[in-house]
Amino acid sequence: MASLTEVRWHGRGGQGGKTASILLGKVAAKSGKNIQAFPEYGPERMGAPVLAYNRISEDEITLHCQVTEPSIVAVLDPTLLDVVDITEGVPADGTIVVNSKEDAKTIKEKLDFEGDVWTVDAYGVAEKEIGRPFPNTPMLGGLMKATGLIEFDKFLAGIETELEKKFAHKPEVIEKNLAAIKRAYQEVAN
Amino acid sequence: MSEQVALTGNEVMSQAMRQINPDVVAAYPITPQTAIVQTFSQFVNDGDVDTEFVPTESEHSAMSATVGASASGARAMTATAANGLALMWEVLYIASGTRLPIVMPVVNRALSGPINIHCDHSDAMGARDSGWIQLYAENAQEAYDNAIQAVKISENKDVMLPTMVNMDGFIISHAVENLNLLADEDVQDFVGEYHAENPLLDSENPVTVGPLDLQDFYFEHKMQQAVAAENVKDVVLEVAEEYEELSGREYGLFEEYKLDDAEVAVVALGSTTGTAKTAVDNLRENGVKAGLSKIRLYRPFPAEEIAEALADLEAVAVMDRAETFSTTGGPVFADVRAALYDMGADVEAVNYIYGLGGRDLKVEEIESVYKDLEEIVETNTVEDRVQHLGVRE
Repeated sequence: MASLTEVRWHGRGGQGGKTASILLGKVAAKSGKNIQAFPEYGPERMGAPVLAYNRISEDEITLHCQVTEPSIVAVLDPTLLDVVDITEGVPADGTIVVNSKEDAKTIKEKLDFEGDVWTVDAYGVAEKEIGRPFPNTPMLGGLMKATGLIEFDKFLAGIETELEKKFAHKPEVIEKNLAAIKRAYQEVAN
Repeated sequence: MSEQVALTGNEVMSQAMRQINPDVVAAYPITPQTAIVQTFSQFVNDGDVDTEFVPTESEHSAMSATVGASASGARAMTATAANGLALMWEVLYIASGTRLPIVMPVVNRALSGPINIHCDHSDAMGARDSGWIQLYAENAQEAYDNAIQAVKISENKDVMLPTMVNMDGFIISHAVENLNLLADEDVQDFVGEYHAENPLLDSENPVTVGPLDLQDFYFEHKMQQAVAAENVKDVVLEVAEEYEELSGREYGLFEEYKLDDAEVAVVALGSTTGTAKTAVDNLRENGVKAGLSKIRLYRPFPAEEIAEALADLEAVAVMDRAETFSTTGGPVFADVRAALYDMGADVEAVNYIYGLGGRDLKVEEIESVYKDLEEIVETNTVEDRVQHLGVRE
């Protein structure tokens, strides 16, 4: 399973961390990869710290245990840095993408993490493009830039299809989410 | 023609039900099965199926309505989990004893109390002697494939017994995985039309269903049911062969993973078997002759076949995701150990109870089981026959 990539999503209940992991999984599956996308179901409360995961691989994935050593971490809310150890289990050459107005250097120091740290103001991007502070789709854009998991053109085509399915009854938000993903892809920095 | 999709286990199961297009579905929602019923009722509402959907006020009623529908000659399904299955209890026996070929996805979840919504097999294992066939799945693909095959297994004239299609709660039911769906028409052709032999609604040929059956005939009817259970293994294999022609996917009574030349092995069922495959691969890289037997058909239990597959091992660990409180180990252990005993196989068998209430089981923990087995082989001593794996003490 040399090709296995594991991703951990940190969010707060209601922010769409689970949706982000599912969207990423579905788009990766469309590009021919084997995938898993699953949230950790604890007590579900709006605003409480929650987790979701992805496994992405060229090979068949048979693992059905939790992800404990993700090489990629996405953090949907900056205040989580003060309450959750988001670097837990992440190898020193891992990648962490944080929704934050701070620059990557500041966050990297705060996390005391050796690996690659990127930041993007996902709330700001979402406010501008979607009109509401949903950080999950912008974070997908940021994640694509930071990790190169899926070629961005392919990712955009795939995510459009998934958003069309998800928002079949709310088509007006599809373009806005796509714009948010593109803007975050541009603005994310390490 | 098949289609690559990425869906949750529950979505996949509701797709299987849509493609089977049963005449009647009577169901009551319960976590973690809810999405099956919710999605299927949307199919009913959208006219994607011809099914008469009966929303009931409890699982007891759901199973009762399914029994009524099946007895009337309809192809009938329901789905449940955990305490919902427990509430169906008395009607489960009526379904199997009346020889009704009902197919029911069970999304395995711990029984209360304490209350817990996550995966273990205490629900289905408690119902292992209810006369239902039980199939278990490693992943969403297998759960889907089992559901479609179950229709044909249950409705076989030599069987006519209901089937539980088990799928691990949350781990499979709520996780998105990529898999292949068959084309609708292929599933329709595969399951065919159901023609009940003695339907209640055939007014030309009136029959009585479920009459009083006392000392004079009850035993004979139970004997017939036992004979039908004996027939299940062959039918499961026949149906699997036919399904392989359609899907290209191979199924048996159980899967042998690197078992041929193995010295130590694990026997398990459900989603953990996937994690165990990685443990086997890791151990093999380090020269350990590790193997895995993944049980698919648990009821009726293919004792001879499993014992034969394990007979050449030096030691085997049986994994149970249910506690029986018998103090002598879990249900799968009891069956496997008895099968080995009957065969006269010289294989040490030990038991690990794991994963209760959704407790995660990691690759390293499964590897530790194989290490224990190696030690048993080396020292020729079993210190603890039954252990609990991954629990704090």
